[in-house]
Amino acid sequence: MGVRVAMEVSIAAAEAAKLADVDVIAAYPITPQTHIVEHLAELVADGELDAEYVPVESEHSALSACIGSSAAGARTFTATCAQGLALMHEILFIASALRTPIVMMVVNRALSAPINIWNDHSDIMAERDCGWIQTFAENGQEVFDLTLHAFRVAEDHRVLLPIMVNLDGFILSHMIEPIDIPEKEEVRRYLPEFKPAMRLDPDRPISMGPVGIPEVYTEAKKQLDEALVASKGPIIQAWDEFGKIFGRHYKPVETYRCEDAEVLLLTMGSISETAMTAVDIMREKGVSVGLIRLRLWRPFPLDELRAAVKGADTLAVVDRAVSTGGPGGPVCSEVRSALFGLPNRPKVLGFIAGLGGRDVTLEMFEEMVNQSIEYAKEGKEQFYELVGVREL
Amino acid sequence: MIAEELMAKELEELKDFRGFKPRELPREELVSPGHRACLGCGEVLAMRLVMKALGRDTIVAMPTGCMEIISSSFPQTAWEVPWIHVAFENAAAVASGIEAGLKALMRKGKIKDRRIFVVAMAGDGGTADIGVQALSGAFERGHDFVYVCLDNEAYMNTGIQRSSATPYGAMTTTSPPGKRSIGQMTWKKDMPAIAVAHNIPYVATCAPSHYIDLMNKVRKAALIKGPAYLHIFSPCPTGWRCPSDMSIEVSRLAVQTGIFPLYEVVNGRYKITVRVDRRKPVEEYLKTQRRFRHLTRDVIERIQRRGDENMVKLECQEKFHSYYMNALQYASSPAQS
Repeated sequence: MGVRVAMEVSIAAAEAAKLADVDVIAAYPITPQTHIVEHLAELVADGELDAEYVPVESEHSALSACIGSSAAGARTFTATCAQGLALMHEILFIASALRTPIVMMVVNRALSAPINIWNDHSDIMAERDCGWIQTFAENGQEVFDLTLHAFRVAEDHRVLLPIMVNLDGFILSHMIEPIDIPEKEEVRRYLPEFKPAMRLDPDRPISMGPVGIPEVYTEAKKQLDEALVASKGPIIQAWDEFGKIFGRHYKPVETYRCEDAEVLLLTMGSISETAMTAVDIMREKGVSVGLIRLRLWRPFPLDELRAAVKGADTLAVVDRAVSTGGPGGPVCSEVRSALFGLPNRPKVLGFIAGLGGRDVTLEMFEEMVNQSIEYAKEGKEQFYELVGVREL
Repeated sequence: MIAEELMAKELEELKDFRGFKPRELPREELVSPGHRACLGCGEVLAMRLVMKALGRDTIVAMPTGCMEIISSSFPQTAWEVPWIHVAFENAAAVASGIEAGLKALMRKGKIKDRRIFVVAMAGDGGTADIGVQALSGAFERGHDFVYVCLDNEAYMNTGIQRSSATPYGAMTTTSPPGKRSIGQMTWKKDMPAIAVAHNIPYVATCAPSHYIDLMNKVRKAALIKGPAYLHIFSPCPTGWRCPSDMSIEVSRLAVQTGIFPLYEVVNGRYKITVRVDRRKPVEEYLKTQRRFRHLTRDVIERIQRRGDENMVKLECQEKFHSYYMNALQYASSPAQS
């Protein structure tokens, strides 16, 4: 059995990478991701983790170095957020297309301008189509667990895709929470040594990243899309296995008090815990409300989502990012298209809250639910509205 | 570098290296023929020589550019060694990652411990312009790798646009001569000097016309531990507007006129490796290429003066080392403390 320790969630993420015995960390500092890579630098400096720590000169080079080290056959880890993730943008698509199983923590933070170091999901939503597996953590234990899970899934020869584990900046990353840290042997049982399917080896030369002319580009993209869609099976399998070994169980979509609920909220990330409390309070007041939490964002859990909304009249989707000039928040847009054409689908209402570090409070959830009930009565289905905007 | 390192007469890693002999060059081709380079390409010839000097135990990271495009069109590849292309501006960062990965895996006993040369090979745009940040970072961090800049003095792959390595006066599609332009209005960026400023152990310039000198420098760069930088003059008949059988001649003239002197810098110590006793006028070089044909007499004279001054500077840099060593010895002698 392992131990339960109170630690900062960023430290827990770094400890998970240490227990995964990563070979290479290439990272660049950016708030609020810094505590993860600082702790890893310490572990390497103290000889507690035998890894190469490459203190690169930018996030662009961080991910480029990660591709190099992963292609050389090393278990590779990095972390970033916001502007750093945006600077990686170009390389994100290449990491997935080259099928390099890199694990990256994305400590979600708002994108400039105005420059803002606080939490929302505008960084990750701008990268949703980059071909990486993307999961969202709600609490510290989940950050730790999803990190181990990420290595197991990424390196699975049926998958071979990079993974982003998302955790909310400050609100989650800087929280001190009790974390169950398993024994090394348990982790090893769950996560065997990385055996690359192919690597840059002079004894067996391969060419990676060649030119794809029009005759092959479409097929290459189709293969990547199929690989990402098909990764859902191994992702769920790795969660089931995790439950068996560590006793904590995860699913792509979680539901909370959804049975016979008329109104459903849908959230991602750490606000889900606040939303659960809000649901409890509203249920006591007699409101028929439940909550859907998306843990898996890519590949999109289509079937699981459709099953979860079954029977509900109204679905209120809470986005943490604006799709500027678009038809709604990114999550809401995707949920709408996922449910489009479904018989007896709920009305989908879009709310955008918690931008750039603004708190999403219990009252705000109540407001969104009440508003949704009003709209449902009127038979209205708005595209989106921003919640908690101050009157100027 | 501390004085002790600077004063080392010979580098330990090079003590067994005797140099390549013209009759005993490796026959193995690691960049296979059948690639898509233009007729007479001096760059692919230089790359072939680089690979001959490196041998099979090499991993190549190559950014976007001529050599990447011509060698890797799926489902074919010209590469007989492991090769990776990621993007345009990051060859040095990718090489950093490969080097770090190999180091960790060898130290942890996960792969066999042996010397594998990690080489990043880029064009002048990928080096002096868009890739200079990643390159500076990799030099500063001290990775054990070789960075090769195959300099054809413009963005040839996209249609001959100027780069910071394009020479003064040259015509490119984005530095066209006109009523208010002489062509390229700026002087060529001195990338070897930028590399030297990082205090890396080995920097050298090479030209395919002087192929033994080139291959020896490549081998030295690979054998020396730590970062090494090679700047290779790579004539481009397509972009320089010269006959395709002139690449080697143009390369030779560049050396003989002092347009592109051949030297190496070992631990900060400059050495001219190919001495030209009586330099030819730069005009002899310029007139071989139509990218310079619009140049007026005064521009040619300016290029001549600049070339002469560069040679004076290089000769001073060569002599500087002994003054510097004397001064260092004086500064560290007990009487001074």
